[in-house]
Amino acid sequence: MENNEKVTLKKVMIICSKGSIEDVYAALVMGNGAVMEGIETKLFFTFFGLDAITKKQMNKLHTATVGNPAMRMPGNLTFPTWLGVLPGVEAGVSMMMRNQMEKLDIPNVEEFLELIVAGGGEIYACKLAADMFGLKMEDFYDDVKAIITVGDLYAMCDGAGTQIIFT
Amino acid sequence: MATKSYAGVNVEVNDEGYMTDSSQWTKEIATEIAKQEGVELTEKHFEVLDYIRDKVAGGATLTIRGINKSGVVDAKSFYKMFPGAPLKKSTKIAGVSKPESCI
Repeated sequence: MENNEKVTLKKVMIICSKGSIEDVYAALVMGNGAVMEGIETKLFFTFFGLDAITKKQMNKLHTATVGNPAMRMPGNLTFPTWLGVLPGVEAGVSMMMRNQMEKLDIPNVEEFLELIVAGGGEIYACKLAADMFGLKMEDFYDDVKAIITVGDLYAMCDGAGTQIIFT
Repeated sequence: MATKSYAGVNVEVNDEGYMTDSSQWTKEIATEIAKQEGVELTEKHFEVLDYIRDKVAGGATLTIRGINKSGVVDAKSFYKMFPGAPLKKSTKIAGVSKPESCI
């Protein structure tokens, strides 16, 4: 028999494994949006995504200027790959992107995490990746709740209406 | 479009229950909508509602970040005052339209 019962989204686990501006912001916007809707939210950062919760790195994330076919110059001009290789170009482009976001009232990474936590969202770091990069609790943003294993993560996914989102 | 009666006044609301004519809003209406949403309004709530009404009247887009920086209330208290979906709830109670914002 067909089951047409709709289950409302109650909990989301958002996994961020990459450390570029756009990957991290995808996770933060999804996470903050869920908190705003009253959905229980847990963000799990792993591999290069750990940069987003590492005190030293979190507010200076970059976007890739090489190997990014959607990268364009202001005015929609093409952005040749060789240009992205030049020293300082990636930093400059990343700064422009961060400034543009600030203009649109998009918070920086630290402030975004603060808002998520203020609304009851929880932030976790992946144990395996933390071990790999030699990172400890004191290296992470203060509101990171714990360093957890993948098993711990799955244990948190209980209950109908839970979804895992991988950005 | 539908009409609802709050505090003895008939107000126009949309399908989601948001008032469509903000000028019809009174504190009494707010108190009744709040009750429906499970919120008991205090003086502090009205301060926040005034801020929201001012902002919306000025054409600004409401965001949690903006509320956090408003000086009226911080994000944490805002979430506590309007539990669940605070931006949606507070705007409904403030008699303004639902915010079109992702942040």
